[in-house]
Amino acid sequence: MRSAISSLLALTLALGGCGSGHEEVPGKSPDDPVVITNAGQQIDAMRRGVPIDKEASPPPMARVENFDRPRPVNYEMQPPTIPHAIDNYQLTVNTNRCMLCHTRSNAVKFQAPPVSENHYVTREGKVLEQISSRRYFCVQCHVVQTDAPPLVDNNFKGIEISSTGEAAR
Amino acid sequence: MIGARIRAIWNGVWSWLRPFWSALSSPSVHFSLGFLTLGGFIAGIMFWGGFNTAMEATNTEQFCTGCHEMHDNVFAELKTTIHYNNRSGVRAVCSDCHVPHNWTDKMARKMQASKEVWGKIFGTVNTREKFLDKRLELAKHEWARLKANDSLECRNCHQYDSMDLTRQSRRAAQIHQRYLGTGKNTCIDCHKGIAHQLPNMTRIPQG
Repeated sequence: MRSAISSLLALTLALGGCGSGHEEVPGKSPDDPVVITNAGQQIDAMRRGVPIDKEASPPPMARVENFDRPRPVNYEMQPPTIPHAIDNYQLTVNTNRCMLCHTRSNAVKFQAPPVSENHYVTREGKVLEQISSRRYFCVQCHVVQTDAPPLVDNNFKGIEISSTGEAAR
Repeated sequence: MIGARIRAIWNGVWSWLRPFWSALSSPSVHFSLGFLTLGGFIAGIMFWGGFNTAMEATNTEQFCTGCHEMHDNVFAELKTTIHYNNRSGVRAVCSDCHVPHNWTDKMARKMQASKEVWGKIFGTVNTREKFLDKRLELAKHEWARLKANDSLECRNCHQYDSMDLTRQSRRAAQIHQRYLGTGKNTCIDCHKGIAHQLPNMTRIPQG
């Protein structure tokens, strides 16, 4: 799915992005900020090919995907990504907004996927009533995804473990 | 014995009050009825207008953030939230959420606020540390108030009947329908800490 999207994106860029280099446009003042257009095409550190004496105007900020449907994981044991916006959720030493819905006792009420059992286990193997402090800061592993185009093409494939425990390919 | 004493005190007070009372209870000698009626009417308007203007002045953000306790703690926190900064530029000031709009409720809240003046004078939360120690108690007061009035200040702007659930995210729509729509819960039950940082929430239900 991911690779299909990125190859489609690469195709679109190849068709539509021709000639969008950063040559000087005649009639344009050299002080005008250069608009970054081909963010998906090349990766050139942070300047994206903008000449050093030009000011780049950044591309619009990407939007957080907010569709509330679990995304497929790309490999075994991947922490699932967050399929909703978490703007202004307080995740501090005082309170953990994520656990309002994702705690095992509330998950049914809010129809949220509960965190897995191992999040309640301390490193000594003790099972706690509350989430273990080593799992407390959710966004260390679980992150939102934006609609930003990928900077480089990615054709990573995770192995598929069959029911017999062997790799399928 | 006690009765005689009270009577003696009353006689003393009455002898002092007597000239005022006789002036008030007898008809005016110098001023016409028209002057007194019209003058009273105009004075009434001016007093009432002045009173409400003064009351409104204590409802402004400038007034609320005039002390460093508010300016450096809660107002600084508000600035990062959607109630201060958002795409459409509609925003809430302190009093929109913390003072009822209805007149009688507003008066009651303003009288309660005299305790906050006391706190200011005696420096109850005049350092960051004191404020953080007191935050849970202060927050509990606000949660209790909003729970008791069914989140009236939220609903001054956010009305359930005007919410387009189809434009909310699926889970938001579902939960609003199930808990807010049925009246089982009110806004503050889930939306604590939307405008300020939360205190330590151990053992405090949030949803």
